[in-house]
Amino acid sequence: MNKTFRIDWITIIIYFLLVATGISNIFSSTYDIDSFSYISADNLAFKQFVFFIFSLISGILILIAPSKFFLRFSSLIYLFSILLLLGLFAFGNTVYGHKSWYTFFGVSIQPTEIAKFATNLAVAKLLSEIEIDLKKTSSLIQIFLIISIPVILTLIQPDFGSALIFLSFIFVLFREGLNPNFLLFLALFLILAFFALIKPFFYVSVFLTGFFSCFYFLSKKINKKVSITPLIIVFILSCVYVYSINYVYNDLLSQRHKDRIDVFLGKETDVMGIGYNLNQSIIAIGSGGLSGKGFLQGTQTKGKFVPRQHTDYIFSTIGEEWGFYGTSIIIILFTSLILRILFRAEQQKNIFGRSYAYGTASLIFMHFFINIGMSIGLVPTIGIPLPFISYGGSSMYTFTTLVFVYLNIDANRLNETSI
Amino acid sequence: MIRIQLLKLLTIAISAIFFIKLFGLQVLNKDYDKLSENNAIIEIEDYPERGFIYDRKGRILVSNQPAYDIMIIPENLSPFDTLSFCKITGIDKKELIINLESARKFSMRLPSVVVNQISKETYAKLQEQMWKFQGFFTQKKSIRDYRVNFGANVLGYVSEVNSEDLIKDKYYRQGDLIGRQGVEKSYEKELRGKKGKKFLQKDRFNRIIGPYKNGVYDIEPSQAQNINLTIDIELQSYGEKLMMNKRGGIVAIEPETGEVLALISAPSYDPSILVGRQRSKNYKTLANDTISKPLFDRALLAQYSPGSTLKPLNALIALQEKVIDSETKHSCNKGFYYAKNAHMDCNCKHGTKNDLIKSIHKSCNTFFSKTYINLISSSKSATMGVETWKKYLESFGLGNYLGYDLPIGRPGLIPNSEFYNVLYKGENWSATNIISNGIGQGEVLVTPIQLANFTSAIANKGYYLTPHFVKTRDKEKTKLSKINTAVETDYFYDVIDGMQKVIEQGTARIAKINGLSVCGKTGTVENFTIIKGKKTQLTDHSIFIAFAPKVNPKIAIATFIENGYWGSRWAAPISSLMIEKYLKNSITRPRLEKRMLNGSLEHEYNKPLSGVNFNINE
Repeated sequence: MNKTFRIDWITIIIYFLLVATGISNIFSSTYDIDSFSYISADNLAFKQFVFFIFSLISGILILIAPSKFFLRFSSLIYLFSILLLLGLFAFGNTVYGHKSWYTFFGVSIQPTEIAKFATNLAVAKLLSEIEIDLKKTSSLIQIFLIISIPVILTLIQPDFGSALIFLSFIFVLFREGLNPNFLLFLALFLILAFFALIKPFFYVSVFLTGFFSCFYFLSKKINKKVSITPLIIVFILSCVYVYSINYVYNDLLSQRHKDRIDVFLGKETDVMGIGYNLNQSIIAIGSGGLSGKGFLQGTQTKGKFVPRQHTDYIFSTIGEEWGFYGTSIIIILFTSLILRILFRAEQQKNIFGRSYAYGTASLIFMHFFINIGMSIGLVPTIGIPLPFISYGGSSMYTFTTLVFVYLNIDANRLNETSI
Repeated sequence: MIRIQLLKLLTIAISAIFFIKLFGLQVLNKDYDKLSENNAIIEIEDYPERGFIYDRKGRILVSNQPAYDIMIIPENLSPFDTLSFCKITGIDKKELIINLESARKFSMRLPSVVVNQISKETYAKLQEQMWKFQGFFTQKKSIRDYRVNFGANVLGYVSEVNSEDLIKDKYYRQGDLIGRQGVEKSYEKELRGKKGKKFLQKDRFNRIIGPYKNGVYDIEPSQAQNINLTIDIELQSYGEKLMMNKRGGIVAIEPETGEVLALISAPSYDPSILVGRQRSKNYKTLANDTISKPLFDRALLAQYSPGSTLKPLNALIALQEKVIDSETKHSCNKGFYYAKNAHMDCNCKHGTKNDLIKSIHKSCNTFFSKTYINLISSSKSATMGVETWKKYLESFGLGNYLGYDLPIGRPGLIPNSEFYNVLYKGENWSATNIISNGIGQGEVLVTPIQLANFTSAIANKGYYLTPHFVKTRDKEKTKLSKINTAVETDYFYDVIDGMQKVIEQGTARIAKINGLSVCGKTGTVENFTIIKGKKTQLTDHSIFIAFAPKVNPKIAIATFIENGYWGSRWAAPISSLMIEKYLKNSITRPRLEKRMLNGSLEHEYNKPLSGVNFNINE
């Protein structure tokens, strides 16, 4: 058999760099001179290293697996992950009020993480099927169903942050021919949600009325034949949507979630209260300066001022101890990784490979955007990990798998026949 | 096309936004840096132990002792037995409640003092039962430990800085100690050393979790210096005992070096009462005693007329100005009329003829008055005469601050011509108007230390060294220079002979010490007070100046006893005992010693307060 097997070494190098950064910064942010030992269950950096080794072994097995393996088993993997999510209701562990975990022999597993990978596979598989056409409603319904099931199961846990991550697939769909209006609508809805939360309903509806009237008259000047009906429908939908956002915010959300949103919107300025996490994170990052305070020298990190610093707020350790240089390098690494995968995705000969790679890049992008954005106050406080870097076995395993499946597909691309 | 590029563009755009935001946060904005230093690092001052104080023979006078503050972190407090707590610590229950409340108000998480400076004994007792009092802990502190209960005026005391000190000197922080009086104040910089800094890392509960960066930014405190006083604590304590129940001062100086051997102010107090829990209460008691004024250092601050002790100086000036010589004689008839209806009384018999030496040991007012008139008249005008005389006295350290190394002092007063112009409201005045200066009863004012200093200058035959209280460590560097008097050495011999005769056969025979040639001069000073708006004369002050031995003098001493009547009644014997104690270290006249130790002048001091008429000089 004449197989051409070319591994994307650039991605692998970036992967290793990010993992190494992660382990060293977990070490720093959990370092406690009084109770320190290199090898113990208490040493989280060591635990993360063990997770990494397991993930890597699994990754190597994935890399040498037959190229069609994942295409063939994607439905099965998807079903399995949905079962895991469902199983949470029966066997899940409640941590911080979220029923998001299984615990086996002291090891915690977060099925939502696995679902990200499984959904990526399933979406790619579905898109690669010949009868699927994103211009057809039936196809759209199928795709949205596949994405919605894990989203809903995640929302029930409840884990709003992880559910949000599934928005990543909109990029994949858009790449594969989704009507741009969906993207526009999504953008419009996000912007409207933002305004709905900071301004009273009355102002927003007045604004919407003005905006749509202007839009209508301007369009009419350019193009005489503008039908008013869809515009009115969109306008009414927008109003209903804004109203419902207010309703959800005021009557459905718990105070904790409201607080998080308030902090992001700048409504609350109580830095010792709910804004504490974000504020401490920004102080830590800001105090790093240009070149940082050095490994294990971060005062904010040592003082444990930043909560959950080895998981969601790991970026603040990097910012404090390695300064602007360190944060820049991390951003460059992530950007390079995402662009690299996107670039290779376009060279895939079949839709499955391209969609899968695209989904992988989108997932990494979404985590990167939300996690770092949150650490520096650009995005609301949403608890999701920074891929490869944040402490956590499930996250490490999922992203390693995502990347190595991509590597497998990418390495075998020359053996594929285009579909 | 857009379908392919959208995510790429979005990634690049988001990265760019992150770069800009991080650049702003980390590179441009320095506020976050300071904020971090604030909440993660605590700066603690590292105090060197305050220096010890020794006497001239290396005997320790002041060291430090541990004291313990009982502290509390309010959030750790659990209900406790207040009754037994109060019983152990001796704190009032009300006070305890107030202190706990203010600690809570200050901070729930930061420590506050609940009971100040408990003793070692109380600390030991408390330690045994500490388990009963959750949330309390003790913090060690270093406070002064006085090993002697003498010399309070020289040693001074330390207390916490006040708001004025904080403004004046940025070195100090709230709660620091500062020297308030005596050498504690004038040698504050040496004694305190220089505090260092420690940077400690805190966690988010404000708990200290260790040194910051292993202490690389810490500044070591620079060691405090110990100081050696020139005071001989045995002489000092002996003097203070002699001065019991009397008011006044004794100053003893080693003429050769200017070292102050003893500086006694009576009444005084035990320096150890100004440390510890009772400090402020005791201080108030001392400060509120406005009648005997224990905090008023009479040896340095009290300005008295010198009385006849000024006569040797006037004699020296007259000799130098060639107004008199050793042959000069003046006749005395129980005094003399220096102007119409103005008689100067004297104790000499009718028809006495006195030369200089005789005049000194007899303390002849006539001789010195006539000499003073001649002295003033020898200049072109009385004005110039007074200025010349003043210049001489100033060369003996009178009329100005001496410049010794204690923080307080008074200049005394040597009147100049302007003074008399004002006094006589521009009218002409002449030597006869100011004749009292000739016998030390005029407008001249001196402090006891000035008295001792010019005695020392006489003992040295023409120079003195600025008196000082701390031994100079580096003799080469800070060698005190001799300050020459305006009178040349040659003129001192007769005066000193006269002063020796004061003890041998003159007014102060009581001060004679076998086997020692003591030179001295008595003084008796009239003084007045105002009672119910009326100027009332009080019993005379008793003064004595002396030095010994005559050749190569080792001690010069001035003793001032308020309302002690004539000079040889109290001041001379007390001085002589001091000299004997210092030079011979044993007392050969136990009866005299006993009389002086037990003697009390309290009845004299009560007279003006009694509200009834009283007799003086009895």
